[in-house]
Formats: sequence, C-alpha cells, structure tokens
Amino acid sequence: MIMPERIKHEPLDSKDAKRPKAEIHLIKDQCKGCGYCIEFCPKKVFEESTEINARGVHPPKVVDEDKCILCDFCTTVCPDFAVFVVERKDSEDKKT
Amino acid sequence: MTQQTLEHPYSKYLRQGMIPHIWCPGCGNGVVLNAFVHAVDELQLDLDKLVVVSGIGCIGRIAGYTNTDSFHTTHGRALAFASGVKLANPELEVVVVSGDGDLFAIGGNHFIHAARRNMGIKVICANNFNYGMTGGQQGPTTPLDSVTTTSPYGNIEHPFNLVHLAAASGAVYVARWTTLHVRRLTQSIKKALQKKGFCFIEAISACPEIYGRYNNMRSGLEIMEWFKRASVVESFSDPAKAEITPDRIAVGEFVDVEKLSYEKLLHEKISKINEKAMEQVG
Amino acid sequence: MTGKRALLSGVHFLNGDVACAEGAIAAGCRFFGGYPITPATEIAEHLSQRMPEFGGIYIQMEDEIASMAAVIGASYSGLKAMTATSGPGFSLMQENIGLAVMTETPCVVVDIMRGGPSTGQPTLPGQQDVMQAKWGSHGDYGIVALSPSSVQEMFDLTIEAFNLAETYRLPVLLMGDEIVAHMWERVVIPAPDKIKTVNRKKPTVSRDEYLPFKPDEDLVPPMACFGEGYRFHATGLTHDEHGFPKTSSSEVQAKLVRRLCEKIGRNADKIIRVEEVMLDDAEVVVVAYGIVARAALSAVRKARAAGINAGLLRLVTLWPFPEKHVAKVARKVKAIVVPEMNCGQLVREVERAAKETPVYFISKLGEDPHTPMEILEVIRRNC
Repeated sequence: MIMPERIKHEPLDSKDAKRPKAEIHLIKDQCKGCGYCIEFCPKKVFEESTEINARGVHPPKVVDEDKCILCDFCTTVCPDFAVFVVERKDSEDKKT
Repeated sequence: MTQQTLEHPYSKYLRQGMIPHIWCPGCGNGVVLNAFVHAVDELQLDLDKLVVVSGIGCIGRIAGYTNTDSFHTTHGRALAFASGVKLANPELEVVVVSGDGDLFAIGGNHFIHAARRNMGIKVICANNFNYGMTGGQQGPTTPLDSVTTTSPYGNIEHPFNLVHLAAASGAVYVARWTTLHVRRLTQSIKKALQKKGFCFIEAISACPEIYGRYNNMRSGLEIMEWFKRASVVESFSDPAKAEITPDRIAVGEFVDVEKLSYEKLLHEKISKINEKAMEQVG
Repeated sequence: MTGKRALLSGVHFLNGDVACAEGAIAAGCRFFGGYPITPATEIAEHLSQRMPEFGGIYIQMEDEIASMAAVIGASYSGLKAMTATSGPGFSLMQENIGLAVMTETPCVVVDIMRGGPSTGQPTLPGQQDVMQAKWGSHGDYGIVALSPSSVQEMFDLTIEAFNLAETYRLPVLLMGDEIVAHMWERVVIPAPDKIKTVNRKKPTVSRDEYLPFKPDEDLVPPMACFGEGYRFHATGLTHDEHGFPKTSSSEVQAKLVRRLCEKIGRNADKIIRVEEVMLDDAEVVVVAYGIVARAALSAVRKARAAGINAGLLRLVTLWPFPEKHVAKVARKVKAIVVPEMNCGQLVREVERAAKETPVYFISKLGEDPHTPMEILEVIRRNC
C-alpha cells in the first residue's frame, strides 16, 4: 500500500506536543547478560557495559535516556525482571 | 540513567525471595513469566482467585515464582489436576503453564480431553523444542533433523503442529507467538484470561544453553534472530498449515470462537437436576 | 443446595458398590473423578446419577491417572474427593497417590480387588493388591488402608476413610473385593445427626504467617485451600515448611520423609481397628480380612461347636498393620491360621508380628473365597 501524501506532512500542532520522558531503572545484579534489551530496543538506548555484576556478567548501561520512547519492550522481554522503564513524573518536553 | 530506587512494577506478582529464578540467561521461560505477569497486571486480576498449575520441566518451576496459589504436579498431569480445581471451584481462574514435553508427550492424552471438554482452563505452553530440565532430549515438538541428546544423528520424528492439535481438539482460542513477540504474547494471554472455555497459547521459547547449543544457535540472541527471521504473522490462517520449519514459524491467533464451557454446562445441569430433586423431596 | 436429598437415611437393600457410593455421600464427598473398571464401575455409575441431585460433581476422566490427578485438584480446591478403581487402575494411580501423599491431600481411593495380575479376571475376586496398598507408589511413606467385609461396612468404612483422610491429610485406601462389592445385603443409613464426619484442620494464623507444611503437634499441618487468599505453593518435589522445593538438602528430605511415615506410625493406635471374636480362651486363631473373614467366622464357629477353642482376629485396618494385636494373640495361642486370596501377602506381616508362633497360610485363587470347611480343616490339624 502506498502511503498517502497527506500523512507525510508534519501535524499542525507538532510544536505543542509533549513527549513523555523516560526513567530507566536497571537492577544490575539481577541481570544475567542475555543481551535482549540491548539488541531489541528500537532506539538503541542500551549498550553492554564493561563493569561486571554479582553474577559475573556485563549488565547493560543506558547510552542516552532521552532517546527512550517508553515502548516497554525491554521491560517485558527481560527474562529476569532486571530492567524497567517508568514515565518521569515531571516530563515536559517540546518536540523538536 | 537513575539508580534503582523504585521496586520493579511487577514485583508484587512474584514471590519475593524466589527471584532471581533458576532459569538460564536468555531463557524464554523468563519472558513467558514476564508476559504472563504483564497480562495479569493489565487486567488487574484478583490474585487471590488465580491458581497457577505447572507440570515438570524448567517451565514447571514457574508455579513457585508467581505470588498466587500454585501447584507443581507430576509429569504430564497438570491439566487433569487443573480440571479438578476448576470444577470444584469455578470462580477460580486456573492457568496451566507447562512445557512441550509435559503437555504433549506424557500429557498428550490429558490435553486433548481437556480441550475436547472445553474446560475453562487457560494453557500457556512454553515450547522450546526439547526436554530442557533433564539435559536436552528430543520431544514431541523437536523439529526434524535437530540434534538432541537422544537424537544425536538428527531427529527422524515428525513433530507435532501444536496449533493444529489444539484447534482440532476443540480449543476455543488458539494462538502462537514467539518470545520475541512479547507485546502480542501479552495481549493473547490477556484475551485468553478474559475468555470462557479452553484457551491455548503456544509460546515459542528460546533454550540457549541446551537446544540452541546443540543446533548452531549458541546464545539466546541467535535463537531470537531465528524467530525474527522466520516468523510470519498469519492470523486465522489454516492451523493445519502452521507447521514450524527452520524457515517459517507461522504466528498469530488461529482460532477464536465461542463455545459453552464444561463447567457452565455442568453447573446448569446440576441446577436443573437439583430443582427436580428438590421438587420430589417436597 | 441442602443436605435433604443427599443423605438417604433409612433401611436399604444395596450392593457393596452402591453402599460405598452412599457412604461417600454421607461423609460429605462432593467430587468424584473416575473411570469405568469392573468391578468398581457401579460406584461411578451410581454417583453420576446421585451427585447432581445435591450439587456434587461427577466427572468421568480419560483414564485413572487423570482421575487421581483431578481428585487431588478438587481436594485442594476445598471439596472432599474420591475415586474408585480396581487392580489395573490402581497400578496406574500409584504415581499420583504418591503425589497425594507428598502434598498431604485428603482424599479416598477405593480399590475393588479382582483377580490379577494384569487384566486378570475382571469379574472375580482377589486380595492380591494388599501389599501394593502399602508399597505401591515409589518412595517411603505411611498409608492407611481399610478392608470391608460386608455391604454395611462398605458404607461405614467409606465414611471412616473420609474422616481419616481429613484428620491425617493423606489418601486413604478402601480395599474392597469383587464379592463384597457385588453382593446385596441390608444396609442401615443412619439419620444425619448420627453420622460423625470430620473436616480438615484450617489455618488459624494470618496469611503472612501461614506455612503450608508446618505440622502441628499431631504431625499434621493445617490445610488452606485455593482461593482463600493464602497464596501458597505445593509441589511433589521435596519441600520445606514453606512448600518450596528444596531438592539439595539432606536435612529437609530426612525431616519430611520421616514425618510422612511418622504421621501414621505415631498415630497408629488411634487409627487401627480390628474385630476380635472369641479370642479370650482361643488356642488357634484365624487372622483374616475382607470376604474371607466371613468364611473364617463360620469356620471358627464350627470349630467351637466341635470343641476346638478357636477364635477370629478380623483386620479392619490393613495398614498400618495391627502388629500389636497380632503379637498379643500370638503370645497366647498354639497356632495362627491366615487364609488369603493371594499367594501370600499379609501373612508375611502376621509372621513378622507372631515371631515364634507357627503361622499356617491357606492360599486360594479364583472365583470362590475359602470355604469354611477348608479353613476348619487347617484349624483342626493344628489345634
């Protein structure tokens, strides 16, 4: 299906849109180093860190928390409940 | 990035002190648990009325991790046990979470009959293509030519097409997703929890330490890559054509129908007979 | 759903299977999961008709393994549950009987013994499963098994079985035989206030303090059921008081397994029932159970008429084995005679308890139990 032209235009109120900001929490010692969050985050927010956690693996580290779009994929795909994302309460951000 | 000061939002669904669980890094069972708990959270189910029944296998340990009434049965008998639970107290939401071998080899008979009766039990099958807990033997869903510890020269048995089996046995809701499709898996579990009758969800699950290692997919990531490459969403296509091959894993919702559940029919019948019996007694 | 239609108080002419089914109803059984098998089918058929009359649940499962599993499930959901089978089904149920023992599930399993082994003689009696009742499932555990000798006892002992199951939190076995199950006799079903039923101990502590497998003084833990908010876990794996698997601890294994044995062993005196007939001055005693005890009673009476001081010790409880009763009798008599419809099962326990006193075993296989004359002959030879 070909994308209709009108959808490609920027919405009129785009300058007033508020994008929620994310707060990413890592329970580092619970991570077993499977790499799912790093690999499958659509915005590539994570990267393998160099530190070693209590389990002897490299947990992820957040590269840029601002890129997170709160899709919740990492929260649900993590087999060990070692990462979760919540909306930052004071989030007020104008879309650029 | 913030330091961890908050508790994980789903920690209230998990038994504290039991997490971290015993499953390997990248194990699909962890993802199944996560999706299940996610679905329960979205529905805000009454945890006092939820009963999780599991069979024997790595996935069998899941009953010990959920913060609900739970029971870990003998190998293959989870569905028969769950039938007794549901009939004795139809208000309970009974969920059976078990593995491919437990549900379809030793438990095969109980599966087809529970489905046939349309018992109001929700079944989540974590299908990782082998018997993981005991070291990686072949099972009823092991793909042809796969190497396992009891098929060292390659598996010569055709595997089950679980979606077809469940549909043919009479399940009212049948879905298959992989542990990569976490959102859709969660939605399917939600749908099943709200539906009356026998619901079956096959969660194709990664077993990196054993099945993956024997079959050229040494890490969870490689298995998930396979899921990504081979999955095609074919909702409501013919379940008979939904076999899993190295090149094609058909996922989606295959069956979603309405049919009177066993416990509804049973309790209706009991009320009718009870009325009659009361009349006779006077 | 009142008890009005449930209990059929009065005098009836019933067969053993039906009496057993009515006994279950009188005891408060509200779940039956079974599978047809001669000679226990009538129990299932009768309950399929009766259960809906007062809101009980009957389900025919796909096999005996599923039947036992469903019974455990229903019991954990709070109902008194039962299944009934014969030899081949009893063998199939063993793994789940073990699960019921391990998870301390109150329930009743009726085994109407027939000719074995394997498919054997479905329509003819036997007593070949009595050792299996004790040792049938793998692992070490204590079990309770009762043996009815009349149709009235099929009714009474079923109630007793439920009461024992609820008191001690385990599967109780009712070992009938094809003759007692299929014969017709007069049965008195008492009025509701004359029937004593026991319900399982419930927890008295709050949800946060409840430990599902922490025993009380009597070695029996109070039992919560699904849906009551206790959110406990039960498993067939070796577990600690919290109910969680502890598969690497020798200490936990020893504690749990010994308690499962002691639960019955220590309470044996309260559980065991026997019937003593003319034992005071007896010189030869017949130890028998089930249908054979009827012939034994007749033989003992004939012996007395012929001037022989004979007596009968009828075992109502087969397990825990009434060894104290047998030992007491053995100390006073010249000989013990044990007739059984098998090749020698409970007689081994009798020999063990009787020590030096000679024990004479009479084996009978096939459609008829021992005749009184056959037993009398052996009494005569050894008095």
